[in-house]
Amino acid sequence: MLAIVFTPALGMFLAFVAVTLIITYFSARKATGSAAYFAAGRSIKGWQNGLAEAGDYMSAASFLGISGIICLKGYDGFMYSVGFLVAYLTVLFLVAEPLRNAGKYTMADLLAYRLKARPVRAMAALSTLVVSTFYMIAQMVGAGGIIEQLIGVPFAPAVIGVGVLMLIYVVFGGMLATTWVQIIKAILLMGGAFALSWMVMSKFDFSLAAFFDAVSQATYGGTKAPVNLLDPGMAYGASAKNPWGAWDFISLALGLVLGTAGLPHILVRFYTVPDAKTARVSVVWATAIIGVFYIMTTFFGFGAAVLLKLSALPLDAKGLPNGNMVAPVLAQFLGGEMFFAFISAVAFATILAVVAGLTMSASTSFAHDFFTNVIHHGRETKPGQEVRVARITAFVVGAASIALAIKLGSSVNAAMLVGLAFAVAASANLPVILFSIFWKRFNTAGAVAGLGVGLVSSIVLILLSKNGLYTAETAPFPLANPGIVSIPLGFLAAYLGTVLTPRDVEAESKFAELSVRSQTGLGAEKATAH
Amino acid sequence: MSAPESPAPVAYDWNLIANDPGFIALKAAKRRFILPATIFFFVYYMTLPVLVGFQPELMKTAVWGKVNIAYLFALSQFVMTWVLCALYVRAARRWDIMNAELLARLVPR
Repeated sequence: MLAIVFTPALGMFLAFVAVTLIITYFSARKATGSAAYFAAGRSIKGWQNGLAEAGDYMSAASFLGISGIICLKGYDGFMYSVGFLVAYLTVLFLVAEPLRNAGKYTMADLLAYRLKARPVRAMAALSTLVVSTFYMIAQMVGAGGIIEQLIGVPFAPAVIGVGVLMLIYVVFGGMLATTWVQIIKAILLMGGAFALSWMVMSKFDFSLAAFFDAVSQATYGGTKAPVNLLDPGMAYGASAKNPWGAWDFISLALGLVLGTAGLPHILVRFYTVPDAKTARVSVVWATAIIGVFYIMTTFFGFGAAVLLKLSALPLDAKGLPNGNMVAPVLAQFLGGEMFFAFISAVAFATILAVVAGLTMSASTSFAHDFFTNVIHHGRETKPGQEVRVARITAFVVGAASIALAIKLGSSVNAAMLVGLAFAVAASANLPVILFSIFWKRFNTAGAVAGLGVGLVSSIVLILLSKNGLYTAETAPFPLANPGIVSIPLGFLAAYLGTVLTPRDVEAESKFAELSVRSQTGLGAEKATAH
Repeated sequence: MSAPESPAPVAYDWNLIANDPGFIALKAAKRRFILPATIFFFVYYMTLPVLVGFQPELMKTAVWGKVNIAYLFALSQFVMTWVLCALYVRAARRWDIMNAELLARLVPR
């Protein structure tokens, strides 16, 4: 028997769930046909998609993870905030508009345009499923742990609950419901982050000088010797113990700035808007929102280190203060039970929205790339089949990640899984996306080689690192982040795979068409009328 | 049948458009902005982890009260991102006009 005490936090969780289920109900009535289900009819407005993009991106790892790592490790945690934002320039300059112009539902649409569709789509679908599943397990594990601590539901039922809700959004509501869940979550998250920052600054009489003075001698509520958290190096700095620290900084930064533009759940959002111009507007909105959010991590991350005693944090599986709980505990410290409940509900909404976005992109890729295009050569044998396959895939992907998250339990390193997702996105997906838009000679062998080598090298390097199967002392690969090796390998493999194989005359002859389509938007998929 | 909501494909003369001086000018205009801007933001961003990693003592120098170079440089990345974003939007407005003229001239309505 579960004994759940009805707390304000639980009440706010339930309110969010109720609102999102109503949205799902109304979305479900519109989610007929592939474009409606996979791309919300391509009728989302620019600012709406910008909010949804931000909602998809600011995951539990961002909100809970970054506030924790800044509180515990200071400046090095803030590096994540910087990297996550600057990455949007890669998305805006190189990927968003060409992708919207030339694609239909998935990243692979662009790759398959002038290459041999079946091998390229099969590899791209594999890479999408790997990125999305790992990212999702990380979120689910985080979710289970947080819900366990916030409302006292045990880990396994908490994970199952999140999984079932996510499936309801995706299976019934499709991309439209998922988009609105993201929008609401983004607004809640910005509100929560702003309220937290405001309350932290009120403790310093809204004086930035007083705030930074305190951060430069943070004492964790007077329980520790003062430490200057503005100084870099507490997590990644080079030291006798970690001589490769500086390289880890660089490798992390590379993975962040190049990974975002290869994350499938971020890329598919551009198909929900009517045209490339709106895709551009939505990236600009997202960049503004995400930038403001990550600047605010300064206040509630560093501020927590000044105000909170580490003994106020619950312990994690290893018996250390649980960094993921910094934001909710800070909320409790500053605003009492109701504010704690609100921030907890925001964290819950964040997790739920992000896993829904991930499930959506994974099932879209499987149904559209693998089922329709690889197995059935690009034709639906029955109308509506693609959507039906996607719904079934969502169940399978959802059930698999629920089972994996429960099996791995809270022992799994969520940061490792997120790092892996970014590394695969940057090393496997980005090289082939860029080459297929900008390099005429690029061919099928190059695409398959780039995707394969990028995927395998990032997984192998993570397994060989201290985040994988080894400890810091025994790891054969000295860096926690594989990007600095795996990203050049992905580009190199895509290049060599192309130049070492015969020219593909058909692919090159279609370059003019792809070039005109991606640059002008001529022949791009249109919004569907209501 | 494939995706029923797609309109019937129209046969455009892709090569004609690709070789049109207007299209070549559009591509060149985009490249003139995007290539240097991408190199700039990439170098500016990567300078941060390189300096933080290899020159930590320099980066710990306090310059505004207790605020050090490391934090100010990190904060400047936010400003850099928003400024480049705004410049891109301004440049893209010109590309949209070039694009509309090109399509009006070459694509039969």
